[in-house]
Amino acid sequence: MEVSIAVSEAVKLANVDVISAYPITPQTHIVEHLSELVADGELKAAYIPVESEHSALSAAVGAAAVGARAYTATTSQGLALMHEIMFIASSMRIPLVMTVVNRALSAPINIWNDLSDIMAQRDCGWVQLFAINGQEAVDLTLQAFKIAEDPRVLLPVVVNVDGFILSHVIEPMEIPDQETVDRFLPVFKPVIRLDPEQPVSMGILGGPDVYTEVKKQVEEALIGSQKVTAEVWKDFGNIFGRNYKPIESYKTKGAETLLVTMGSITETAMTAVDVLREKGQKVGLIHIRLWRPFPFTEFFQAIREAKVLAVVDRALSPGGVGGPVGLEIKSALFEQKERPYIAEFVAGLGGRDLPVEVFAEMVDKAGSYAQKQKKMRYEMIGVREK
Amino acid sequence: MAKVDALHPWKEVPLGCAILEPGNARQFKTGDWRSKIRPVTDREKCIKCGMCWIFCPDMSYNRREDGYFDWNTDYCKGCGICARECPKKAIQMISEEE
Repeated sequence: MEVSIAVSEAVKLANVDVISAYPITPQTHIVEHLSELVADGELKAAYIPVESEHSALSAAVGAAAVGARAYTATTSQGLALMHEIMFIASSMRIPLVMTVVNRALSAPINIWNDLSDIMAQRDCGWVQLFAINGQEAVDLTLQAFKIAEDPRVLLPVVVNVDGFILSHVIEPMEIPDQETVDRFLPVFKPVIRLDPEQPVSMGILGGPDVYTEVKKQVEEALIGSQKVTAEVWKDFGNIFGRNYKPIESYKTKGAETLLVTMGSITETAMTAVDVLREKGQKVGLIHIRLWRPFPFTEFFQAIREAKVLAVVDRALSPGGVGGPVGLEIKSALFEQKERPYIAEFVAGLGGRDLPVEVFAEMVDKAGSYAQKQKKMRYEMIGVREK
Repeated sequence: MAKVDALHPWKEVPLGCAILEPGNARQFKTGDWRSKIRPVTDREKCIKCGMCWIFCPDMSYNRREDGYFDWNTDYCKGCGICARECPKKAIQMISEEE
């Protein structure tokens, strides 16, 4: 099954009440299939075909505010257009779920994959998850509703699925049955909602006397969501037999150099680790599944034996110390007494292919830079100098 | 904005800064400071037309049973719109000290 179709089947299994979406490549297949499911009566939900992504997220926020289970999906420019509503959704404590099919931001116009769209939304106060394959895209979608709607969280959740290289591929996946999903995912019970019988106002003015406290609430809820996410993953593992962790390790035992990845490049990087291990190199990999809130403890635990980290960033923070992932890791390690050498690579921008050899190249470079203790902020991989 | 005197600790701010009590804007006394002038109505000139009540942007005027309009100090910002709109020039803006 195509991963996009599988994601929309997962949304159907989550029994959403409202879908509001605007089609945009490479997200289109998800919302197209959902609109078909609604039109064919297979999914009893309201499908709102809005006029822009700004409206798509606004309508989803409104729907969730009255107590509906709401879903939307977008990518790249569409996500950028949602930017102002992203903050509104989290600060209003609206539990909704969005799939972001990751694609590069213009200009130049580019429909291919990197993480520049979601990384520009890093600080929007959402729970942010990254799928490395189709099965994860399905599973994380189901989990996202349960995380978002937990009364201890009540925050929007984004599930990131790489554009084309994940969204448009056909993979064997296990699509659970409705009964099992219902056992895992209870009916959404809002804590407060718009109700004429018990009137409340949401999205109000908050002056200097209360704004700080509201932001503190969001911050604490987001940090606290990690515990809830762990519980949700435990439940999920018990019911579906697939286990999830905020940071996953691959062949890290005895590894001196660790690749650090996010999203669908991870499986290619794993193949690179296999190849290099066969050659006798002490290489492993970790991938960050939970990006926000950043799982500091699990990260420190996962890298404790590593001497070198080769961090792969698929977005750039122009004029800064590097890409967002490298920046996060460097600052997280700042207070650690002993820390590995960090070689950061910005790669795969705008859909530039990242085959196995490129990961091997990054591992080799990281090793030699570490030996020389080369001072580097980051290196852009594969950029033509002449 | 909720009650201006309700400086809640962050854990007690209603979820997402929602207002849980309808109509509580009237508890926010917008007239606790104003420009240094306030309106005074001359009842001899007043014809009870209600223009002050209609034009007041802060709803500081309330109609009495006898048809005259009372001025409510809690919400007046001293803008002088009532004095300007009064067709009988019955409202004067006077200094707060007077």
